[in-house]
Formats: sequence, C-alpha cells, structure tokens
Amino acid sequence: MSRFLKSATLIAMLATGAGPGLAQGLGLGRPALPEEIAAWNHDIDPSGADLPAGTGSVMEGEEIFAERCASCHGDFAEGIGNWPKLAGGRGTLDRDDPLKTVGSYWPHLTTAFDYIRRSMPYGNAGTLTDDEVYAITAYILYSNDLVDGEFELSDQNLMDVEMPNAGGFIVDDRAKTEYALWQGEPCMENCKDAPVKVTMRAMVLDVTPQDEDTAAQAPSAGVVKATATQEAPAEEAPAEEAPAAAAAFDPELAKAGEKVFRKCKSCHQIGAGAKNRSGPLLTGVVGRAAAAVDGFKYSRAMTSAAGEGLIWNEAELSSFLAAPKSYMKGTRMSFRGLNKQEDLTAVIEYLKSAGD
Amino acid sequence: MTDRTSRRAFLKHGFAAGAAASIAGTARAQSADPLITEVQPWAREFGDGVDATPYGLPIRFEGDVIRRNVEWLTADTVSSINFTPIHALDGTITPQGCAFERHHSGAIELRKEDYRLMINGLVDQPLIFTYADLERFPRENHVYFCECAANSGMEWAGAQLNGAQFTHGMIHNMEYTGVPLRSLLEEAGLDAAGDLKDKWVFVEGADASSNGRSIPMEKALDDVLVAFKANGEALRKEHGYPVRLVVPGWEGNMWVKWIRRIEVTDGPVESREETSKYTDTLENGTSRKWTWAMDAKSVVTSPSPQAPIAHGAGPLVITGLAWSGRGAITRVDVSKDGGMTWETARLARPGEKMALTRFYLDTTWDGQEMMLQSRAMDDTGYVQPTKTQLREVRGLNSIYHNNGIQTWLVRANGEAENVEVS
Repeated sequence: MSRFLKSATLIAMLATGAGPGLAQGLGLGRPALPEEIAAWNHDIDPSGADLPAGTGSVMEGEEIFAERCASCHGDFAEGIGNWPKLAGGRGTLDRDDPLKTVGSYWPHLTTAFDYIRRSMPYGNAGTLTDDEVYAITAYILYSNDLVDGEFELSDQNLMDVEMPNAGGFIVDDRAKTEYALWQGEPCMENCKDAPVKVTMRAMVLDVTPQDEDTAAQAPSAGVVKATATQEAPAEEAPAEEAPAAAAAFDPELAKAGEKVFRKCKSCHQIGAGAKNRSGPLLTGVVGRAAAAVDGFKYSRAMTSAAGEGLIWNEAELSSFLAAPKSYMKGTRMSFRGLNKQEDLTAVIEYLKSAGD
Repeated sequence: MTDRTSRRAFLKHGFAAGAAASIAGTARAQSADPLITEVQPWAREFGDGVDATPYGLPIRFEGDVIRRNVEWLTADTVSSINFTPIHALDGTITPQGCAFERHHSGAIELRKEDYRLMINGLVDQPLIFTYADLERFPRENHVYFCECAANSGMEWAGAQLNGAQFTHGMIHNMEYTGVPLRSLLEEAGLDAAGDLKDKWVFVEGADASSNGRSIPMEKALDDVLVAFKANGEALRKEHGYPVRLVVPGWEGNMWVKWIRRIEVTDGPVESREETSKYTDTLENGTSRKWTWAMDAKSVVTSPSPQAPIAHGAGPLVITGLAWSGRGAITRVDVSKDGGMTWETARLARPGEKMALTRFYLDTTWDGQEMMLQSRAMDDTGYVQPTKTQLREVRGLNSIYHNNGIQTWLVRANGEAENVEVS
C-alpha cells in the first residue's frame, strides 16, 4: 500500500473516530450484519456445504414444475421453442449440435439447485421455498431418467446423486494446444497452395435481420395499432362484446380463473401496477385490440394479426389460449395451451375481473 | 505540391482504369454545384439554441447507427443480446448509447441511493459499501474492451450472419473510471483468507438473474475494477448503472453488472454461468472450462456487408478493429485475396493492453472482386488463427471463443458478403 493511502487512512480514522477499526484501509464502509449476509449469501458450491435443510419429492416436483416452470421448459422439462431444454441429450455431446441439459451436461447437481433457488422462476426469481427447490430439482432428475418416480431429494442425499457428465470437463488448455501452434512470423506471400475459392456464403442462409424489417417494425407497429383500434373495435367489438361480457360476469368463475392464471403468472402481470414482463401486461385485455400494450415488443405474427383487426373478444381469446402455437403461427408466447374448456372459460372470466 | 501531384496521379489512374464516372463526377463537375452557388437555408437562418438539447443524441441522419438484435437467437429479449454497429463506427471508443447489451433478466433500474455492495466470505471484516463510499477510494482510469465470449459464436459451422455488426458486434470499448477491486478487498482485510494463491472471489449482480461468476484471486488482485463511470459519464442502465465489474481481457459474462456482492471463497462456485454456459465443448464431447481470456482477434469493419464501397475504383480506406485479451495488439495484416498475400496495415495508435486498436490500410482499389481478411498479432507473439485452424483443434460445437479470421467477399459493384474460403 502506498504512503499516501496509509496517511489518508490515519487522517480518516482520526477524523471520524469510527469505522471498522481495521489495521489497514481507509476506514470506509460499515460492518455487514449477520442477517444481511444471510439475506444475500445464497450461493452453493460443489462441496454442498451450504445446502439448506429441506426435502422434496419427484411427485411434488412434477406439480410445482407444471405450475411454475412448464410454460417455458415444457411439461417434461423438454423445453418449448427457444427456451432451455432441461432433460434429454445423453450421448449427444460428441455429435453435431449436442443437446446440453442438466442430465447430459451439468457437472454438479449443486449448480442446478443453486440456480433454481437464486434465479428461477424466470420473472419471479427467488420466490421458491427450499423444499420446492428440492422438489423441482428431483423432478428434473426424474425427467432425465436419473432417479425413479418415488425419489425424494434432500440436503442429506443431494451430494450422493451422480451426474453423468461430472467428468466431462477439462481446465482451459489453450496455452498447450493452441498458443504453441499459432505463434511467430506469419506467411505474407503465396500462403496457400491453390487459388482461393469461396466455399460458403452467408446470403444462402438469409437469416440476417434486414434494415427494412427493423424500420418497418418500429414505426408501422404504431400505425397498425391505430388502424385496429380506430376501425374494428369502434364499429363492432365494443357494441356487441363489451355489454354482453359485462352482463355475463360471474365472480365465482373468476375466482376459479385466478387459480388457472397461476400458469400465466411467470410471464404476465395483471391489475393495478401491472408491468410488461416476458409477456405483455393483461389489464383490460378482454375486448381490446391485439398487440395494443405500449412498450411491449410483439411478435411479427401478433402485430400483423392486429393489423388485420384482431380483437381479443372471448371467442378469440379462447381459441388462442387453447392452443397458442396452432392458433397463431409465430407467436412468441411459449405456452402449451389449456386443455379444459372450464379452465378457458374461468381464466377469461378472471381476465375480465382483473381488467379494470 | 507533392500532395497535389499525387492526387492528380490518382485521378489519371482512375480514368485509365475505366471507373472514371464517379471520380470525375466529384472532381470535375459538369455544372456548378447549387449547394455552393445557391444560398442554403442553413446558411441563411438560425439553427437550434443552446437550450434545445440539454443532453444530445446523434443527429437524425445517423439514425441507422443503432444496436440491433437477432430475433431468432433467443426466446426473449429480456434474456438476450444485441450488437454494436461496429461497421459504422470509427476510432476505438464505443459510445455508450450504441454499445451492445447482454442481460439475463433485463436491464434494471437501481438508484445510487439504493445501491449496496457487500464484501463477505473469507475476509477479516465483512463490509457494506454505499455508492458514496466507493467514490472516496482512490480511483483509476483505463480503456478496456468488453467482448462476449459468444461473439462470432453463430459462425462456428460456417458463414451465417451477413454483417460485421452481427458477426463481431458483441463488443464495446470504453474508458472506465473506478476503484481497483484490490482496494475493496484490502479494506475488508485478506488475512483471514490465508494463502491467497488458491482463493477465489464470487461476484454477483443485483438483478433477478443474480448472474454470478467465480474469479481467481490472482486476477481479482491484479487489474479488476469496480467501475461507476464509462467514457466520462455514469454507466448506462443497460451496462450496469450504478456500478459494474470490469475484468480486463476476460469474457464479458464475468463483467457482472449492478454488482452487489463479492465473496472471498476457497474454491469456485461452479455456478450455472460457468458450467452449463461459457464452457467450450470440443469435438470428442469433453468441454473446456475456465476459458476466461479472449484471444487476439480482428475484423474489417469497412468495407463489409453493411458498409459497401459506394465510390468505385480508386482510393479506398480499408479499416477495422483488432484486440487481444492477453496483451496489446502489435500488428495487423490485411489480405485482399483470401489469405494468399498479406499487407501490414497502419495502426491508428500503438496497441494498448486489452483495448481495441484501430487499423487502416490506405489503398487503391482496382474495382475487381476482393476477399478481404484481417489477421491480428499481439505482444505474446500470438497470431490470429484461420477458422480452419480453430476447427481443427476444437471442432464445431464450442459456441464460445471463436476468434478465427473473417472473410468479406467484396464484389466489383462494391457490395460485400460474409463468406468462407478455401
């Protein structure tokens, strides 16, 4: 430490007379309280030493997973769309496009527990109890055929679970395998044996975002919305749908719908103070034009449906929620859909009730 | 006099090469230019007053110099990445407003007043710092690049994205102001940690993803900065306002934003981000872990697919960026024929450690097709490999750390395309 720092420390300590009273340092900051450290110090390393007490079964995990995780990761942890797949992929690591899941790739189970506990569910992080985290972790193991359906995971046996790819990692060896090869004065002339030819072209794939797209999406999304709200709802929807909906409102049904809505909650908020999350806020969605929430970036499919005047009346919502991907090809909503008609009716009733 | 003579020589050469139209157009106009002969509105009337723009954005004519994302790449923009428009920038400093973003659960709003930084673990006295506390430590200024380990990751299997912004734009370069992490660790006291050689720090952000990474103590005490300013002003929200970690030369995922906790540990946590992600799978299925350093790399930013040649044959500036996470760039070579012959480019300034270096090749284009490449060398003697060389060692499934030589096919009409060559 420099002389300046030492004298600065002295001055600081003399001046304040307080501070942590350390032999070195500037006397800045204050001691962290044990309860503060306990509130943030949640990471769990591969020794498992910091695992919290708790237990959870595969069966409990299946239920929690369906409610809290499946909208992105799929009912069987197989992953929906671009969302992470958590199961499968064993034996694919040495093939093209390996499937890296908890079962096929993750070296430590503590990592899965740590990540689920601190960072999941997506959009609602840190809300699971330790028992729930054990249960979800158990279910992911089950989905990977690593434990049977009766299995119960706890702080007592988590370290006993053998991860298939535990031995699949080596520490960075570039210094030996690469740096030694790519050294020294490089070739400047006649560096290739044969005339250089193009072997592959990006244009063939055509997966690069185009400027026209970017331009078209930003401003015209507003134009599209304006058209939809001005024409379609003014003439049709409010006149027919809204009063009918109000007359039919059923508070009991809405209450049942609130339970169904738990499946939506990891991505959608509704009611006072609702904000856009990975899905748009749903306050007032029933009877409203599609793709009409400010500041939410809808899929192209949704924006263009709105351009054609799509209104979220009960019939349209019901078809969409029953099978989102088949109703609207290209929607970004990664939800598998509601199978039961009663769930559909109930959740739409809830959407109405929480809509104002 | 010499200058004028050489310019005439250029012009003559241009005529002779038969690509005279555009050059003659600018050099010997047929009729007087009305932009000169007629008084223009901006030369007659007032412009904006000094109160028009308390904080300025680029003029509207530069509206296409923006970050862009690739929608199909990720499931959700909240856990995604966008790309710096490097094809349209020059010099080396990246303006914050168009510097790429990578979030795991969105860019959060965290006020300085609500900011707390905890140092805990194997320290003599666990401490809490406020933002104001950090400003009372002696601070330093350094220019460093931050590159996502996945930069160029979509190109492992072959040429895919058509633009330098998309192939190489997960990078920015800023001048940071901050406190060395060493100062904060010493403030908490490291006697309790014992032998520091095998110790680590675990760093974690305040956002919902609480993105956490383990950093060996040797690096933590060497050059890691706890930064609160970039390019002279506060960090932008999307880059971790009010405080982020700067881990010079190492992959961007370790540069934890909204940093809230630094724990001294006796081993790596092996968090999700350093096991299931940011590990590099080799052809035989085993994976490298702890591949932190970003190896030397370069790319021609212009001409490139988004920055075609618009002026025909004649004088041409070929320019690009080079960088190394293991030292300073010492040389950049450029090839116009797909790597058969190389010319050494001019570095705008001597390379600086772990910062972007701008290179120029001031040349004459003959109007013929080019296969443009650049090849960086750093002060460890490392030479940027070709993609073929990289694939020979690693296969196609590494995702991360693709620093192979990029090729742009520039056609006679000046348009460019991302290609691979034999």
